[in-house]
Amino acid sequence: MERKTKIHAEDGKQDLVITREFDLPLELLFKAYVAPDVVEQWMGTKVLKLESKKHGSWQFETSDAQGNVVFQANGVIHEFVPNQKITRTFEMEQTPFPVQLEFLEFEKLTDDTSKLTMHIVYKSVAHRDQMLQLPFAQGINMAHNRLQTILNKLK
Amino acid sequence: MNLRRDVFQAIADPTRRAILLLVASQSMTAGAIASNFDTARPTVSKHLQILTECELLDQEQTGREIYYHFNPKKIKEIADFIEPFRSMWDDRFNKLETIMKNYESKK
Repeated sequence: MERKTKIHAEDGKQDLVITREFDLPLELLFKAYVAPDVVEQWMGTKVLKLESKKHGSWQFETSDAQGNVVFQANGVIHEFVPNQKITRTFEMEQTPFPVQLEFLEFEKLTDDTSKLTMHIVYKSVAHRDQMLQLPFAQGINMAHNRLQTILNKLK
Repeated sequence: MNLRRDVFQAIADPTRRAILLLVASQSMTAGAIASNFDTARPTVSKHLQILTECELLDQEQTGREIYYHFNPKKIKEIADFIEPFRSMWDDRFNKLETIMKNYESKK
């Protein structure tokens, strides 16, 4: 399978860059980041708040099948330029992980394709590496499936 | 009796995987870990012992309590450093793409 999503993470640095090209016009890609019902679908979380504007804030919450909240995250939006960029913070609640800073850039490639560049800055090199090693930290239940899949592959 | 343990054996069990996920987000005592499972306490202790022997968990004595920490170095033996993170985002973005393609056709 083609690897559309790329991660650039240099050794000993406290940031990383995720890039992805989409078979979607720029406007639709951007919409997937601002329409709460769409965010809920692809992030697999409930959107409690998503104020897509400068000084706005956001809040996500994920529950398991029994209705127990298993994941909560929030942040504030520093920059919001439609179809161009979103600068925001990301903090997982009730975890020892410190807040991280995210720079999202949206670019038009052709009329039907677009590109997302997500630059994430962590508090320290150690924190970045910890997040890389624990993809499930970003969404415990989702991660669970993820880990399961990885482990099944190894069998 | 003490068979040689390896990380693959350690993660073969669903309860042990659940324990790893739990401890990955924060260090916990055996009691706190056990309270998350319906499994009997001695069973959880056995799982913790196996995970510790495989070095997926480290123990640290803090006062009278023993805390279990996740050992990320060891998980590197299981999966490539970045791959799980990358594929998590790849899955999300694939989903996003599919959703927005339908979104487009609905209009």
